[in-house]
Amino acid sequence: MQIARGERWAGRVFLVALMGLTVLPFISIFTTALHPSGTVPRGLVWPAEPQWGNFVTAYRVAEMHALLLSSTLIVLAVVPVSLVIATMAGFAIGLLRIPGARVLLALFVLGLTLPFPGVIVPIYILERALGIYNTRLAIVLPLIALFMPFAVFWMRAHFISMPAEISDAARVDGASLWDLFWRIHVPLARAPLASLAILLSIWTWNQFLLALVLVEDPTRRTMAGALGAFQGQYATDVPLLCAGTLLILTPTLILFVLFQRQIITALLQGAVKG
Amino acid sequence: MVTDVMTSEHSPPARGATRRPTRTYRVRREQVAGWLFVLPALLIYAVFVLVPLLLTVGYSFVRWNGIGPMTWVGLKNYQTVLEVPDLIGTVFNAFWLVVWFSAIPVALGLIVAQVIHRVAMGPLGAVARTVLFLPQVIPLVAAGIIWGWLLSLTGLVNELLRAIGLGPFTRAWLGDFDTALSAVGIIGVWVLLGFCTVLLLTGMSKIDEALYESARIDGAGWLSEFVAVTVPLLRYEIGVCLTVTMIAALAAFDIVYVATGGGPGNATAVPGIQIYVLAFSQRQIGLASALAVLLMALVIVVILPVQRLSRENP
Repeated sequence: MQIARGERWAGRVFLVALMGLTVLPFISIFTTALHPSGTVPRGLVWPAEPQWGNFVTAYRVAEMHALLLSSTLIVLAVVPVSLVIATMAGFAIGLLRIPGARVLLALFVLGLTLPFPGVIVPIYILERALGIYNTRLAIVLPLIALFMPFAVFWMRAHFISMPAEISDAARVDGASLWDLFWRIHVPLARAPLASLAILLSIWTWNQFLLALVLVEDPTRRTMAGALGAFQGQYATDVPLLCAGTLLILTPTLILFVLFQRQIITALLQGAVKG
Repeated sequence: MVTDVMTSEHSPPARGATRRPTRTYRVRREQVAGWLFVLPALLIYAVFVLVPLLLTVGYSFVRWNGIGPMTWVGLKNYQTVLEVPDLIGTVFNAFWLVVWFSAIPVALGLIVAQVIHRVAMGPLGAVARTVLFLPQVIPLVAAGIIWGWLLSLTGLVNELLRAIGLGPFTRAWLGDFDTALSAVGIIGVWVLLGFCTVLLLTGMSKIDEALYESARIDGAGWLSEFVAVTVPLLRYEIGVCLTVTMIAALAAFDIVYVATGGGPGNATAVPGIQIYVLAFSQRQIGLASALAVLLMALVIVVILPVQRLSRENP
């Protein structure tokens, strides 16, 4: 492609400016977080005496260790269970083509565009009746259920593309249905499973509405849910709020920088398939 | 635990398989057993999604405070939702957000992706992809808090305006009736632009160079090339971007809840926020459910034509 030098440089300047605009908000809350707690600093000024202690204070008052533990527990419950049951369902619908597979698929696809606020009220009432309200299970169970349309659809898309010869060969060798699933097809599904695991982890970590409605105690919420509670408490103390927000963001940002290629690919594939 | 149940249920046929039953028999047996594979997913999905879905529809026909007795009111809740300005207004607000969350990120994303594609496919492009994508991975709540500060009276946005001599225009962007909803929209642009850009860029790099060559031979300029070749061939990717971003706009909750809580007044209230307020502050489960049904219907009505358009062959 022939591109004039002028255009090349204009384009690059444009991109750098756009990147600047994108990261500026992060820089602004970083400098703000370093100002003395309780003051209202200006938007983008390096403080005379950076208050690194704000991060310690925010860590303590937000009970960060409890939040990290809670979020991790929720992710560790939601993601593996979702992966296992969605893979099993995707296998049955996409590969075994069990009778009623089309109906089942339609039933799951129905939930693909479901806005969470649409079902949050009955979920709340249901959980009160089941006695799991205000426990981590209150987030875990509905979240697994709400992930099922996407997760089943995703795994089915993988299984439907698997050539029948693989299964036929295994059957001739006398593999049971469970062997066929667990020993042959699950290992072959490693790539889509990894992407799905990344997606579900991010979505769980960032889930806010379920945490807000179904769990009152911030230390039993997801990271995003806890951040909401933190904002409610420290809305007036801007430096402390910024410090807390940065702390809560840090795990996500570190993971993103480490796995950015996988995360971007997974999110894009997720959108395209969904 | 699910695994254990499945294994124990499947061990007998595994041993029986050594008798080498006929293929059709096996296939039928497999298909019945296949249902057991779907069962766990189906069960949890039924209890926590399908049943709530039906309950939402059911509740939308009653007046109920969540505790006391229910009164059947027929379609009255829907009538109220459509008539009361504060309720139906949330739907209009959602559509205004669609402009910010969908139209702008997709249009701007096309431009940015085109720029990256033309001048920066090297390291700069890779860095740009990562940086622009950053807002997409952080919790929306964090985006709301960050921008709540940036757009406040003493925040960065006003400071920049003052610096370039636009001091008279400074205001509490999220607290002003005229600007609050659009200010929320800006947060959406920040969050969604990178996602759209990267997705459209992936599509662009799949376009055959030869198509541009032939367009150029026909004398197409930069713009007509973009309109005649790039956009039509990106139809599918544009459709995906529109679908994702429109759902994000119509079902918006996190950003609005944190940045404005629906205020000032009801200026930024979207259906998600109003459902939350109706159900959990005002204890009007019936009204909340009617609005929820309306929201779910709205999402489907808006998404279906986009899906159809983007999947059609050009």
